[in-house]
Amino acid sequence: MAKRSGIRSNESVAGWLFTLPAILIVGVFLAVPVLMALWVSFSDWNGLGPPVGGRAQFVGAENYADVLTEEGLAQRDFGTSIRNNLYYVLLVVPLQTALALFLAVQVNRRVLKGRGFFRTAFYFPSVTSSVAITVVFLFLFTASGAVNSILGWLGINGPNWFNDPSGVLHNLFAVFGWTSPGPLGATGPLGLTWWDWLSGPSVAMCALITLAVFTTSGTFMLLFLAALQNIGTEIDEAASIDGAGAFRKFFSVTLPMLKPTLFTVLTLGLIGTWQVFDQIYLTGGGSPGKTTLTPAFLAYQTSFEDLRWGRGAAIAFILFAIIVALTLLQRRILRDRDEKPKRRRRGIDGDPHDGATAQAVTRLNAGAGGAP
Amino acid sequence: MKRSQWSATALAAGLVVSLAACSSGGEGGGQSDSLTLLFGSSGDAETAALEAAAAAWSEESGVEVEVQAASDLTQQLGQGFSGNNPPDLFYMSWDQFQTYASQQFLEPYAADLPNADDFYPALQDQFSYEDEFYCAPKDFSTLGLVINTDLWEAAGLTDADIPTDWESLRSAAQRLTTGETVGLSFGLEYARLGVFMNQAGGSMLSEDGTEVTADSPENVEAIEYVQSLAADGSLRFPADLEAGWAGEAFGQGKAAMVIEGPWINGALAADFPDVNYQVAELPAGPGGQSTFTFSNCWGIPAGSDTRDSAVEFVEFLTSDEQQLAFSEAFGVIPSTESGAQQYAEQFPENAAFVDGVEYATSPVAFAGAAAVISDFNASLEGLESADAAQLLGDLQSNLEAALEEAQG
Repeated sequence: MAKRSGIRSNESVAGWLFTLPAILIVGVFLAVPVLMALWVSFSDWNGLGPPVGGRAQFVGAENYADVLTEEGLAQRDFGTSIRNNLYYVLLVVPLQTALALFLAVQVNRRVLKGRGFFRTAFYFPSVTSSVAITVVFLFLFTASGAVNSILGWLGINGPNWFNDPSGVLHNLFAVFGWTSPGPLGATGPLGLTWWDWLSGPSVAMCALITLAVFTTSGTFMLLFLAALQNIGTEIDEAASIDGAGAFRKFFSVTLPMLKPTLFTVLTLGLIGTWQVFDQIYLTGGGSPGKTTLTPAFLAYQTSFEDLRWGRGAAIAFILFAIIVALTLLQRRILRDRDEKPKRRRRGIDGDPHDGATAQAVTRLNAGAGGAP
Repeated sequence: MKRSQWSATALAAGLVVSLAACSSGGEGGGQSDSLTLLFGSSGDAETAALEAAAAAWSEESGVEVEVQAASDLTQQLGQGFSGNNPPDLFYMSWDQFQTYASQQFLEPYAADLPNADDFYPALQDQFSYEDEFYCAPKDFSTLGLVINTDLWEAAGLTDADIPTDWESLRSAAQRLTTGETVGLSFGLEYARLGVFMNQAGGSMLSEDGTEVTADSPENVEAIEYVQSLAADGSLRFPADLEAGWAGEAFGQGKAAMVIEGPWINGALAADFPDVNYQVAELPAGPGGQSTFTFSNCWGIPAGSDTRDSAVEFVEFLTSDEQQLAFSEAFGVIPSTESGAQQYAEQFPENAAFVDGVEYATSPVAFAGAAAVISDFNASLEGLESADAAQLLGDLQSNLEAALEEAQG
């Protein structure tokens, strides 16, 4: 390696030059802003002047402590936003994944007439502006709106959706006569009582959950559809010859083959739902009663309205950590069920045997590539 | 190889140049030949009136003014300041003013204005930080009791029945409540409930502003009075009436009386021109009369390069003549005493709003209070079944923490 000089010595300069535009673009628009935001989250920058080299002072982890450990309004707001978003994620991700898979399987059936129409129809909400859809939903879910009219035909007296702050689990408990917190009135994590943590999504949040499932299922349907079309008909036929029924075929053959796509869909869904912002912004920034407040919106509000940019950035980084942690967790759960041989072939875990193989492969590749 | 090296270099250089072109250069000097004005518009009428005012002043002074209606004023201001490129002149709302002033975003220019003493003292206080008068109040609004006269007469009520205290408000609201109409409505927020607290003799802060008095018995009494109105069924809030705000419920005839400010005139004229109404002063509580004033001021960024030109423009904008032109266009009340008197003569139907300024107070707005107030507003969603003392107890502890932080 060290001997390599002569006619190829210019290549590394050329290489750097070739990558320079990309490095610059990524650096200026990605790396520097992220690092600056990280600095802001450890500073008392108030939004006046530049965050670096101005009057902003380093304050250590104070911004993080304000929302995580120090009792007060900031911590309770953050706790509330985490609770709201947690219920949102818990409902939206499974529902939208299941619905997307269901729709993909349906429009993939050869017997279905007018498949093109259905594919377009299901995909349509995904390409429509979320602002437009949210506004339509606001009208659909008014107290005397279309949704409540339909519920009225069924004899159900619908709630005043976007103005109802009551949690659905609390409402459910109330059916069984459990309305006071009792022993759950004790303060739990992030300044919220256990009773508050158990509130469930508010009725208003449920409307937003419906909206999210409606808009994003189409996108993920497309991903599942592409994966389904990659599964050859011969596999399908082989399963049929082996005597598998439709359900058995789906759960034992199709679904396992969709696992990589499932991972993609779940990851994208998880990231998207933890970052929900535009619907919250449009439905009144957390109203009713802060039950639709999410960390992403709280970060915005803390920064732009309260001019506490440091705390806002800290919330954003905590959100980032949550998303990364959950994605890793999910990756682990989905991978552990894989069969052993497959894992070896990939050579990505710390098994010494795998490591040796991987090294050998690397050496082979290096030898081949390095030959003049 | 050579050629690609050169093109790579050229591409990189081009990128640097184009990025540099994106950043704007600064200019020096207090005088400037152009200004930008950012404002949150209530509608076309306000935008047109500001554009006309800017054009008139440009002709007089030779300074170009670019008038820009913000779609989200708070966000655009925050972005402007953090990008080191704030507008030269902007609307600064009362609830954000203390935060901006305490963070040294604002130029304290108002005391130097020749008409500085003409502004109402309550408004001067609203826009003072640490006893320094920062920015000139643009106009002001107070809250009044807006009454639908048709429904009033249909209920058999006369001018003598116009509520003057809490008891007569309760009985009027009860008599006005029918199947389709509720007697009284107002937004479920501190900016309305706080009026009742002040009428009961309570307040959020002690006189000298050093102590929080949110959980005083007077405030509890006020909340319980409002709760009792709601329990009677004669008070319902806009969300329950399927209205975005009380003015909409009023226009639709779902509420016979609402507590709103002069902005309701413009909204009713635009959306519900057939509604007949009159405005009365808010009834007095056990502690006397009280109402809130709300105002925007003309903010100038601290250390602005265009300060002098912007101050001259503010002087023009806050002259009685120009303020009355704004009143005519979109219904606000002039912020100077002489201007407001002329306004009351010119628009006698709005005299009640002007009269209110005599005893009006500013809503609590010290730096950091906004987050506490919005938390209080959120907790009010459950007002009808809530324990008043507990609601105010939470407010008290949050406000105490915020005040402590604000005072450093």
